[in-house]
Parts: sequence; structure tokens; C-alpha cells
Amino acid sequence: MSTAKPLAIEARGLRKSYDDNTVLDGIDLSVPEGAVFALLGPNGAGKTTTVAILSTLIGANAGEARIGGHHLDHETDEVRSLIGVTGQFAAIDKLLTGRENLHLMGRLHHLPKTEIHERAQRLLEQFDLVEAAKRSPETYSGGMRRRLDLAMSLMGDPRVIFLDEPTTGLDPRSRRTMWTIIRELVAGGVTIFLTTQYLEEADQLADRIAVLDGGRIIAEGTAEELKRLIPGGHISVRLKRVDQLEPAARELEATSTDPDQLTIQVPGDGTVDSLRSVIERLDRAGIEVDDLSVHTPDLDDVFLALTGRPENPTSQKESLR
Amino acid sequence: MSTMSYALTDSMTMLRRQIRHMGRYASLTLMVIGIPVVFLLLFVYVFGGTLGDGLGGITGGRAAYLAYVVPGVLMMAVAGSAQGTSLKVAMDMDEGIIDRFRTMAISRVSVLTGHVLASMIQILLAITVVLGIAAAIGYRTGAGVADWFGLLGVFLLISFAITWLTVAAGITAKSPETASNTPMPLMLLPFMGSGFVPTESMPTAMQWFAEYQPFTPWIEVTRGLLDGTGAAGSDIALAVSWAGAIALFGYLVARAEFDRRGA
Ligand SMILES: Nc1ncnc2c1ncn2[C@@H]1O[C@H](COP(=O)(O)OP(=O)(O)O)[C@@H](O)[C@H]1O
Ligand SMILES: [Mg+2]
Repeated sequence: MSTAKPLAIEARGLRKSYDDNTVLDGIDLSVPEGAVFALLGPNGAGKTTTVAILSTLIGANAGEARIGGHHLDHETDEVRSLIGVTGQFAAIDKLLTGRENLHLMGRLHHLPKTEIHERAQRLLEQFDLVEAAKRSPETYSGGMRRRLDLAMSLMGDPRVIFLDEPTTGLDPRSRRTMWTIIRELVAGGVTIFLTTQYLEEADQLADRIAVLDGGRIIAEGTAEELKRLIPGGHISVRLKRVDQLEPAARELEATSTDPDQLTIQVPGDGTVDSLRSVIERLDRAGIEVDDLSVHTPDLDDVFLALTGRPENPTSQKESLR
Repeated sequence: MSTMSYALTDSMTMLRRQIRHMGRYASLTLMVIGIPVVFLLLFVYVFGGTLGDGLGGITGGRAAYLAYVVPGVLMMAVAGSAQGTSLKVAMDMDEGIIDRFRTMAISRVSVLTGHVLASMIQILLAITVVLGIAAAIGYRTGAGVADWFGLLGVFLLISFAITWLTVAAGITAKSPETASNTPMPLMLLPFMGSGFVPTESMPTAMQWFAEYQPFTPWIEVTRGLLDGTGAAGSDIALAVSWAGAIALFGYLVARAEFDRRGA
């Protein structure tokens, strides 16, 4: 490779298994400095395990990795001083207040006292936590807790930030807030390694996306490249009469027809124009429509396209610590 | 900064964290200090009259028993903190923030030394309160300035040992419930020594046990220093050896278990 930028994260052949459950089966990663990298995968794919290995929390059974050029096993302290980790589960001290949590981090980073107080105040303001700063995180909403968690990771001014499912379980508004925060971090030049179950999130935030399944990376590329693998979005039209199924399918050049459900699938995105055109053409042909729904590609489609099987999150139990 | 001074700074930071926790766990803190006081009052006012007569001194009675029992109650204050420490450590290990600590460039053992130091402070507090109340109900020591320094050393040593042991118990425990139960036997040890009655009054098997358990030399040294009669060299050697061995054992187990839980 002749990329000019040095690599912030570099992993070769990472393996991890618990007893005879192989969680990671040879993972290679390279993330350039200043990039946002998303590891996309369903529940139980091994995302948290990957983050735990790269953030020095657990050891891999095989393979090696470097963060900022420092070897994970041989230069652990150098690695640790470069990274900030916001795990899937809140890593905060519930018996301290929000501000005390930040101060604790500052002290552990051996910062001078004034610096600690300034940084904590700045982060509280930036993350809209000033009001909550003197309360225990136990009283926080999910979004606030996530923001405090991230703020704690930032106290040490990390160069590489790990975010394990930063928006899972958040309401749409908190998710947007988190996205904005992540974009601001990127603007500051740090490297971000995030995991997510949502293609949309990876699409919104990441320069490069790797899809993790069965302990392997089954696809990697930009959001555009991944989406090209997917059949794309479609509009699903349910009709009222079974005898109109055939003419409707012909009129709209349907990709599939389902007589049982009285439904046809039409290629198209969810824009108003494409919807209007579908409705107008059906009107002109005198075909009655019962229902119309728009389907945008999601992780399910990526999975279907890549593995030929739908992902099945209900069969995987979330691991608890 | 060297690794050594980081270990020190980080331990102080973790101690601060634990002291904050103490405030939030106020009832647990109060219990640790309150229980030995209750035992002091119970033993002196309920059993003291009878037990004091049985001591075979010239005066006998409650006053004599008060003078006899104080070292034993002080050991209870040390042992009694064990349950609280073990419970707190076990609960702390379940906290998400421990994983955060593991990914930071800090001295790892500081997470544990923070607990140890906080617990030692709590024990010294309990000891001070017990001595204060004992004095208020008529206890008089013969200890001189040198004896008090000796006592401080002894208390630091004993609490250091017991605390490392209970930190190990807390880390090893499968759940907070087991964590608070494991140190229970520790609470009984002062009774099975020379803490509350002279060992000569016990059956032979108990006497033998009392002679070879750590609390007996600890109590004897404490008693000697409090009375101002000084402590026997052999008792001091035994007291220090026990404390050293227990502290080392607790430290090694706690460290190993803390590292193991991370992997
Ligand atoms: N400590 C552990 N012991 C045993 N199995 C584990 C452990 N941690 C994770 N696993 C297993 O590894 C797999 C991947 O888990 P995880 O990395 O948490 O996935 P994800 O974060 O993608 O949901 C799961 O099947 C999980 O049960
Ligand atoms: Mg996970």
C-alpha cells in the first residue's frame, strides 16, 4: 500500500475463542489516522470482543495489533495513553457525580489541577451536562449517561477513540445529538473506531465500513461500495384485486409479485417523486391500491446480499458482563 | 514520572474515590464504626460484672473487665470492617468503571490500594471512637507517648493485613452476598483468643487454637502497650510475622484475581 497517512489502527489475524465458541476467526483491520471506521454487525457478531482486544481490555488468542504504531502486547501503556474507550455498557462511577467522574479521569491522566477543572467544565458544556454535573449519573437519562461516558473518555485527549454501539438504545433525538458530537470529534482530527448494528449509522458517520459476521470480516468498503452490493430500496404495493396483479406488475415493471399477499415490489427509493409516479401510473391504468410502503436498505439487506441468509438477532443473546 | 510515583499518585486518586464512596455508603460506614462500640457496651455492661470477677484480679467486677476487654474490642473493630470492605470491593468489581480503569495507562494495583487505604482509615476511625467511648465510661490506659506510637504501628500493621485479605475475599467472591459472608469467621477469631476471656479458662483444644491464631499475639501486644507494661519480644515478632504473611497472601491473591477477571 502506498497511502500517505500512517495507520492509527492495524490488526492482523486477530482470533479469540471462549472454550469451543470461536468469536473472532482472523480479523484484519487497517484504519488510517483521522478516519472514522465502522464495524457493522448484528448482535453477537463479535464487535464488543474486537473493541475489547483493541483497547487492551482482553488479550487475543492469536494475531497482533498496533495502535498508533505501538504494539498492543509489548507497549500496552503507550497504547493506553493514546486511546479513549466508550464501551457498550456505561463505564462510569455511579457513586460519584458527573463532574466528580470527569475529575477522577483527569487525575488518573495526571493532568494539572487547573487543567482538570477547565477540561471538565468545557466537556460538560459541550455535552450539555452542566445542569446534571452535580447529580449522580444514576439520575441521568440513557443519552446523558452515554454523553458523560464519552466525555470521560475525552478527558485524556485521546488520539484514537473506540465507541462500542454509541447509540444503541437511544431515542432518535439523542441519537442525532450523539452523531453531531461524533462529527465534531472527527473535525478535531482524532481517529474513531465505532461499532454499530445500523447501516444507516455507519453510512452517516463512517469513511469506511467493515461488515463482521461469524467472526470474519465479510465485506469492507465505503458506504457507497457496500450499498452497491445491495439490491437497493423498493416500494411495496398491495392491491385490492387479485386480477389486477398481472397488469400492475407489467405497468410498473415489478421485480417480484406475491399473489398470496396481493403485493408487488417495484424498484425505487422513498422519494416523493417516485411515489407519486407509481400512484399516477396505477391511477391511469385504473388499478386500485390498498397499501403502499417504502423499504430502504438496512443491515438485513446487506446481510442477505452478502451471506444469502437473513441476520437473525433474536437467536443471539446479548452477552452480559 | 516513574512507575513508582505513578503508583503512589494513582493510589491517592483511588483513595479519594473511595472516601467519596464512604460518604455515599454512609450507613455501611456507620455500621463498621458502630458495631465495635455496641460490643464494647454490651460486654462491659451486660457481661462485665460477672466476667470481671472471673478474671481473678484484686478488684474484679465491671471496671476490671473494661480494662481487660478493650484490646479485644479493638480487634473486633479491625475484623468487623472486613465484611464491609469485602462487600464494597465485590460491588465495585461489578461496576463498569473498572473496565475503563483497565484500559487506562494507570498503575493497575491502585484500584486495590485505594480500597486498602480507605478501609485502613475507616478502621483507625473505628479504633479511635472505641478508645474514646472506653475512656468516657472509665477506661484508663497506662500507655506513654512511645506506647501510643507503638500502638499506632500495631494498628496500621494489623489493619493493613486484614484489609488486603478482605480485598482478596471481595474480588474472589462470585457475588456481593458471598463477599459479605466470607469474612464472617474473621469476626469470631477475637473471641477464640485472649480477647474477651483469658485463654486459660478455655478447654484444651480451644487453648491450643487460641495460641496459634493471629489475633492472640495481636491482642497481647495491644494489651501490653495499652497497659504501659510493654509487649513481650516474642509476641511482637509473632504479631509482625502473622501480619506480614497475611498481607502478602491477600495482596498476591487480590492481584492475581484482579488480573484474571480482566482477561
Ligand atoms: N466472556 C465471555 N465468555 C464467553 N463467551 C463470550 C464472552 N464474551 C463474549 N462472548 C461471546 O462472544 C460472542 C460475541 O460477543 P460480542 O463481542 O459481545 O458481540 P457483539 O458486541 O457483536 O454483540 C457472543 O456469542 C458471546 O456470547
Ligand atoms: Mg456488543
